[in-house]
Amino acid sequence: MLLPRSPALRIALSVSIATGLYGISFGALSVAAGLDVLQTLALSLLLFSGGSQFAFIGVLAGGGGGISAMSAAALLGIRNGVYGMQVNLLLRPRGWRRLAAAHVTIDESVATATGQGDPAEQRRGFWGAGLGVFVLWNLFTLVGALAGDALGDPARWGLDGAAVAAFLGLLWPRIRARQPAAIAVVCAVVTLLTVPFVPPGIPILVAALVAGVLGFAGFGPRTEGLEPDVEPYPAGPSDGGPRSSGFGDPAARQGGSVRRPDATEGDA
Amino acid sequence: MSLWGWILLACAISIATKFAGFLVPAKLLDDPRTLRVAGTLTIGLLAALTAVNTFASGQALVLDARLAALVAAGVALWLKAPFLVVVLVGALAAGVARLLGAA
Repeated sequence: MLLPRSPALRIALSVSIATGLYGISFGALSVAAGLDVLQTLALSLLLFSGGSQFAFIGVLAGGGGGISAMSAAALLGIRNGVYGMQVNLLLRPRGWRRLAAAHVTIDESVATATGQGDPAEQRRGFWGAGLGVFVLWNLFTLVGALAGDALGDPARWGLDGAAVAAFLGLLWPRIRARQPAAIAVVCAVVTLLTVPFVPPGIPILVAALVAGVLGFAGFGPRTEGLEPDVEPYPAGPSDGGPRSSGFGDPAARQGGSVRRPDATEGDA
Repeated sequence: MSLWGWILLACAISIATKFAGFLVPAKLLDDPRTLRVAGTLTIGLLAALTAVNTFASGQALVLDARLAALVAAGVALWLKAPFLVVVLVGALAAGVARLLGAA
């Protein structure tokens, strides 16, 4: 098999395939939640952020209304704004490239780019993973949606269990330290305590409010929870290799800055 | 508003959020408190979604086959299984639990 020579592109390819494939689970769960195939595709094409897409259909599946689904998706997408700032500092795209870069600013592309040290490799990593995931995610969303349509009753196939597993899988990489894990437990408990008293969908927004207040009051390490939910570089930063920046870098975290050390002041 | 309306609005907000990061001065978002809130929001929302999808049925709290999915997915994640495998394990666990008589 022919592999690209650029290390960033090789990583981008594997990240694209792994992430794209789980578009199948999104497609199937979306249809199970009551969306039609076209609506499912619209989310993958236009919203294009796995966590927010799962949040949208997760709220609907629980009986929540459209406004709650939209709010959960919007709040979960706030981290993409922070990623956008980071990508802007790394790549400084101009013109139409800026719009395209914004659309493919997701966990995977940011993680692949920030794991590289050389600017040219960062660029290849970002665009490779961003465009690669976009194409495959949409393709496999369609496959999943058509399959979900054919499957019928979600409970019979354990699709409701698949949704539970998907949310735990999205949460898992963000709760490795004790404090974020505690925040997760508090928010889960608050959610369940409010379920009997308010309409479906609202408990999730109450939990978001509690999480926001906790963060504002200074709970949670500086950038904990903001690490992209993929780990394209399993070797980690210990090898003194290219992983010089990004949310996962303890040095950057202590410095309280997500900016690359060599980024110029006042850019952007 | 129809479901289509909420879908398109959610899409517009997502696009605007991403693009905003490219437009605002870095200093504005490079504030420790903003970053912390963005981080805790992400954790809180995903934890809430996990809890609701496991235990809620409308406005009632129930223990059913989905609890088996949660436990099985946790074990799979602890064993460092890839995302798609975790999802399949969750589906399988819920299916098996129902075969064994769980609600």
